[in-house]
Amino acid sequence: MTTLPSSLLLDWKRIFKWGSICAAALLFVSLVGMPIKLDPKSIISPLLSLGYVSLLWLPLIFGYVASSRVVLEGVETRKPGLPDLLTGVLTGTIGGAGLTLLMLGIENFDIRDPLINWSPQLLEVLAFGARDLNSAVWIGIGGALGLVGAGLHLIPENLRRGASYGFFTVLALAIFEPALDDMSEGFRLEWLVELIFEKRGGLKLWPAIILALLIGLISVVTKGKAKNAVAQYREQEKSQKKKTSVVLFGIVAALGIVLPIFMGTYVNSLLANVGIFLLLALGLNIVVGLAGILDLGYVAFFAVGAYTTAVLTSELSPFFAPGMTWVLSLVFVIILAALTGLFIGAPVIRMRGDYLAIVTLGFGEIIRLLFLSDFLKPYFGGAQGILGVPGIDLGVVYISGTDTRGIFYLVLFFCAIAVYVSWRLQASRLGRSWMAIREDEQVAEAMGINTVNSKLMAFVVGAVLASFAGAIMAARVGSVFPNSFMILISIVILVVVIVGGMGSIPGVFVGAFVLIGVLGGPKQPGLLQEFGSLKLLVYGMLLVYMMLQKPEGLVPSARRTQELHQEEFLQDAWLKGTDDEDEEQTVAGEEAQI
Amino acid sequence: MNTEISNSETTDPSALLEFRQVNTHYGAVHILKDVDLAIYPGELVCLLGGNASGKTTTLKTLLGMVTPTSGEVVLDGEVVNNQPTSYRVANGVTMVPENRRLFKRLTVKENLMLGAYLRNDRDGINEDLEYVYDLFPRVKERLSQKAGTLSGGEQQMVAIGRALMSRPKVLLMDEPSMGLAPALVQQNFELIEKINNEGMAIFMVEQNANMALSIADRGWVLLTGRVILDDTAEALRANEDLQKAYLGGGSGE
Repeated sequence: MTTLPSSLLLDWKRIFKWGSICAAALLFVSLVGMPIKLDPKSIISPLLSLGYVSLLWLPLIFGYVASSRVVLEGVETRKPGLPDLLTGVLTGTIGGAGLTLLMLGIENFDIRDPLINWSPQLLEVLAFGARDLNSAVWIGIGGALGLVGAGLHLIPENLRRGASYGFFTVLALAIFEPALDDMSEGFRLEWLVELIFEKRGGLKLWPAIILALLIGLISVVTKGKAKNAVAQYREQEKSQKKKTSVVLFGIVAALGIVLPIFMGTYVNSLLANVGIFLLLALGLNIVVGLAGILDLGYVAFFAVGAYTTAVLTSELSPFFAPGMTWVLSLVFVIILAALTGLFIGAPVIRMRGDYLAIVTLGFGEIIRLLFLSDFLKPYFGGAQGILGVPGIDLGVVYISGTDTRGIFYLVLFFCAIAVYVSWRLQASRLGRSWMAIREDEQVAEAMGINTVNSKLMAFVVGAVLASFAGAIMAARVGSVFPNSFMILISIVILVVVIVGGMGSIPGVFVGAFVLIGVLGGPKQPGLLQEFGSLKLLVYGMLLVYMMLQKPEGLVPSARRTQELHQEEFLQDAWLKGTDDEDEEQTVAGEEAQI
Repeated sequence: MNTEISNSETTDPSALLEFRQVNTHYGAVHILKDVDLAIYPGELVCLLGGNASGKTTTLKTLLGMVTPTSGEVVLDGEVVNNQPTSYRVANGVTMVPENRRLFKRLTVKENLMLGAYLRNDRDGINEDLEYVYDLFPRVKERLSQKAGTLSGGEQQMVAIGRALMSRPKVLLMDEPSMGLAPALVQQNFELIEKINNEGMAIFMVEQNANMALSIADRGWVLLTGRVILDDTAEALRANEDLQKAYLGGGSGE
């Protein structure tokens, strides 16, 4: 046969494009050291570790993407078939070949100097621990994964759904292993954990398979029910919607109050971390999400809250040590944070967009550098900070910094305040003025809104919420240092807000749990503590991905969802020609009269 | 008060909104030069002028977004030179901005309610909402829709409705025909005339001089910040210099 049948003609350009991107991604992941660093985190013991997952998912995804086809309305789409499988295989193969080359390279050249991970250790991981493994094996692995990825288009939707749910269940179980382990003690369910998990980490093989199958099956059976429930909730009447919301909120609140009793130190401290960042993110959500002021120096208010608490409560405060109780100091924290908000806000507020962002960035650093400076060292202790911040005496109970459960409850309380404040503000006159300013500041001013005051109020409310987080942080850690308030914290909080969905309170919750709970804060370990410094890389990638693919966030606010929905609706109306035609007719009619 | 004011109308106490010898500067640049204007209740007046003649600055000065360097801005008999925009809006001046500039991602209803931002009288607000719905039945159909998704004509209605929601005594309109299809421009001017017929004083800044003068009672012509003509609309339409400068040579067919 000299000519191929037309169905076997492949889009080589596409294959090479996605294949080389895949290879580049694999090389990048390997050389930043993900496979090595994440290898200790076992998913299914001893078969699969997170390190390998970080490599293996790439050819799979790229195979899937390369073989997916554009569906155009009115143009007949070919049924997926052999050419698509081949596309997937070839894409995966090219990607895998990248790793093969990497292994050959590591064997034959030594460029460890610039590339730390160009190491025998990486080679060992890539060779699956076997020393004399032929590096060409990655070509095969890549091809096979590409085939699986492409195959996902071919299998029935139910199967695809089941498979992905099963896979993600196993992944989630492995990620939550430390938390489950910790919680099992409180619930007396150690036997269950022992049944599923291996002692040194990772799921046991058979339980993993059974669970994956089970969840896959359930997902197929309950298909679309969750979506329907959400749709139903959206369509409810206002009063009923309110009722449902109250019930849902009640359940979440009850869980928040009851669960920590059963949880150990590990989960409680994790949740306390999440809570502190959640509180910060809720505050920033008001500033950025509602008022549209991009504040990159938000950490300044966190620092002011923490330092105020430390100075007022610690006996070791170098200059002024009134030794107040934490609760009393909170009054001053609020006042000082509000004043700082005004002080920073006043010069900044007249600026717009990027200028404002840059200036707030500067102020964030200025506050930290002031605390660090020799000039203020007699008052704030310079780099040594302030030590000996006592716990929190609430009269009835005493919460020491190490009492993670107590701290968590405290954080929960302040988060509840923050949620209530954001929720009430959204519906208030001030909230409306923020929306108007966010949309069009000049017109807002022309409507008679005092834009300067409104924006200052956003700054002040945000500042006070952040200072609460700071006050709790100081009592929890027992000390404050200038370098706990790096610019990175501002960035991380902003990422939480953006990933969750700007202006959406549930979004901020999801963002905080996913980013701080799973990956960890700038210095606080999350569930996946193996990530270490790599989490910043993941943050960055997540941010880029979100901006490109889902700029409205994981849980977009109803406002934004509605917006997208409406555009679709309007396009439909336009296509059918129902909307604009009659207007044109009336206009034409009027013209005819004239 | 300046006794040298040539135009006797500007000293008339019945004027709703008045400029007395107003000068403004942007930095060191002199924009408005000794401008006298007066708008009376129920009037439809227009301010004509080419690019960079100071039309928009006039509006901004009326609204308090630009402070005059000398002269007086008088609202309802009170000198308001140092009053902020919010005070002037609360006391009866509102603007329909150029290109409508709705809050695009907010609903039509929210846009209208923002027009009433400074008001607290719930009953009055509801009354005015009904008034706007009566005036523009189409707006009522679109209340829960995002303002940005409306057609140009509908947006214009919402923009006017939003301005009316502050219950103004004078409606300022910045280039109402800007960015609209020719057919809609005609429709738009009919709207303006209609609102004026209901008794609303309207001050309109416009480049489309012919169209503006066809519905206006009086007009001024600005040239590089100075009022060079001030007359009734008919007289201006008949003015040959103006015809040459703005109305495009041969007058109406």
